[in-house]
Amino acid sequence: MTAASVAAGTVRGTLRATRRDYAGLVFAGLLLLSLLFTLAVLGILISDQLARGLPVFAERGTDVLTSSLSSRPSQAGLAQGIIGTALLAVMVSLLAFPLGILTAIYLEEYAPANRFTRFFDINIRNLAGVPSVVYGLLGLAVFVGFFRGLDVGNGRNVLTGGLTLAVLILPLVIITAAEAIRAVPNAIREAGFGLGASRWQVVRKLIIPAAAPGILTGTVLALSRALGETAPIILVGGILGSFSGSGSFVDLTTGPYTVLPLITFDWARKPQEEFRALTSAAIIVLLAVTLLANTFAIYLRNRYDRKW
Amino acid sequence: MVTARPDPTDNPTHDQGDPMSTTLRQPPIVEPPPQRAVTLDVTGRGPAGEPAPRSAESPEAAPGPIIELKDVSFYYGSFRAVKEISIDIATNRITALIGPSGCGKSTLLRAINRMNDLIPGTRLEGSVLYHDEDLYASYVDPVEVRRRIGMVFQKPNPFPKSIFDNVAFGPRITGFKGDLAGLVEDSLRRAAIWDEVKDKLQQSGLSLSGGQQQRLCIARAIATEPEIILMDEPCSALDPRATLQIEELMTELKQRYTIIIVTHNMQQAARTSDRTVFLNMAEDRAGYVVEQSDTIQIFTNPKNQLTEDYVSGRFG
Repeated sequence: MTAASVAAGTVRGTLRATRRDYAGLVFAGLLLLSLLFTLAVLGILISDQLARGLPVFAERGTDVLTSSLSSRPSQAGLAQGIIGTALLAVMVSLLAFPLGILTAIYLEEYAPANRFTRFFDINIRNLAGVPSVVYGLLGLAVFVGFFRGLDVGNGRNVLTGGLTLAVLILPLVIITAAEAIRAVPNAIREAGFGLGASRWQVVRKLIIPAAAPGILTGTVLALSRALGETAPIILVGGILGSFSGSGSFVDLTTGPYTVLPLITFDWARKPQEEFRALTSAAIIVLLAVTLLANTFAIYLRNRYDRKW
Repeated sequence: MVTARPDPTDNPTHDQGDPMSTTLRQPPIVEPPPQRAVTLDVTGRGPAGEPAPRSAESPEAAPGPIIELKDVSFYYGSFRAVKEISIDIATNRITALIGPSGCGKSTLLRAINRMNDLIPGTRLEGSVLYHDEDLYASYVDPVEVRRRIGMVFQKPNPFPKSIFDNVAFGPRITGFKGDLAGLVEDSLRRAAIWDEVKDKLQQSGLSLSGGQQQRLCIARAIATEPEIILMDEPCSALDPRATLQIEELMTELKQRYTIIIVTHNMQQAARTSDRTVFLNMAEDRAGYVVEQSDTIQIFTNPKNQLTEDYVSGRFG
């Protein structure tokens, strides 16, 4: 045995660190700094907005949430924006989710692996990178024109807004759903087919349940992105400024509408000083809506997450 | 290396006989796909889930081939993975496919229940006969084929569902109307795992150990009442104890099922199988059959020098 022949303490000497890994330390520090920078920016933004906006809630309570738009700061509220955003959320969910998820299932499970499929796949990825204002122009050209042709008001209603946003996030929904489906191990498919399941049965009973948490998470995140969009909604006719609506369903869907980001944008450029605080209040509500959606997505992921 | 010898008593001598005359003694199991309702009930399972004997004959009585591969070549694109393979698979016997890595054993196995159809760009030449019916005929539905020829995979792959739902999956998709709980219990019993899981049928199949998962997969496969079970290196991911359990199980199962197993483990082939097919890779990397015979013959008195070298561990 060598250990016996080595004098005590000699081994310890060889085990002692002889050099410091400076590059490694610097890199680890850099990583930590990046993280702290991101957190700091976010923290400053949020605390700043909270500091400006919370007094409005303290002063007027839920009145800010239930009042309509007004040019008088003391009476202006977010009610129409909340309703508009909620309506858009419903429309986007009803349109983009089924379409996007079905497309993803087709691309992943049914489409033959040929040049055509690859072409579609690449284009969908490119579409996800197209600036949202371009989708606004598309919505203006196609959907507004369509509803105007049907003689539904001037065509600038919440339906065109919903359609535009649905098309906007469709590529995102397809990509995230496709990734969730691709993450289902091939062994599951093989096991299903090996038991004599048809493709439909494998998809319906194995792939969709297994991919559901990932699909849900991705789609909810896509939705929260859609709800924060401003530019396309301006283009397809969301109202900047105040308007009155009767609040009836017909009025809500065919009349003028607005959404939270639009109100934020509008208030931010108003000259009166009182609107600064109101802008922050609108931002807080918008952030709360988005955070709520993201929290819901995380909840879904944790609730249904599966281990393989 | 000492080659394990198969237990001779486990290996009754049987002559292959005339394939035609032996298949005639089989119950009329295969019908064209339209009569699917009839064929699904081939086992004559009663409502209580009590299986009827598959055949009036004792399994010792020289069963004929249930599967005949005739001049099978299989292509991945332009690459020929196996060439001109002709093998007879005897009913209620365990047939082992052995050979070095890459010789096309798994490809051949998966050709038998048309699992390779799932891989784009593959093609089979020759014919795979199941009760004299060509499984690759244009009118054959691969889904129907896989319901009769089940499969157990290399890595245990239970569904992320409960143990019960794993086993019930096959019967449910085939529209089984009967005592599902009885069928599940029966299948788990036959896969020798019932006692270990009977108190936790609602737990996830993934909560079991590797060996238990593999037996669960076997239970899942036999719940659809296949005639043939294909096993693609079913023990390669398992420890020796679990391996032994699976091997014992296979010997049990061959009373009712025909088993074809791909294995890299020579002792396993020797211990469990009745027939052994030795495949090798040719110069063009295509697999071909070197020798096929009774297992005892392959391991004790191979006719081909290559076989002898392989089973004695000199190559592969």
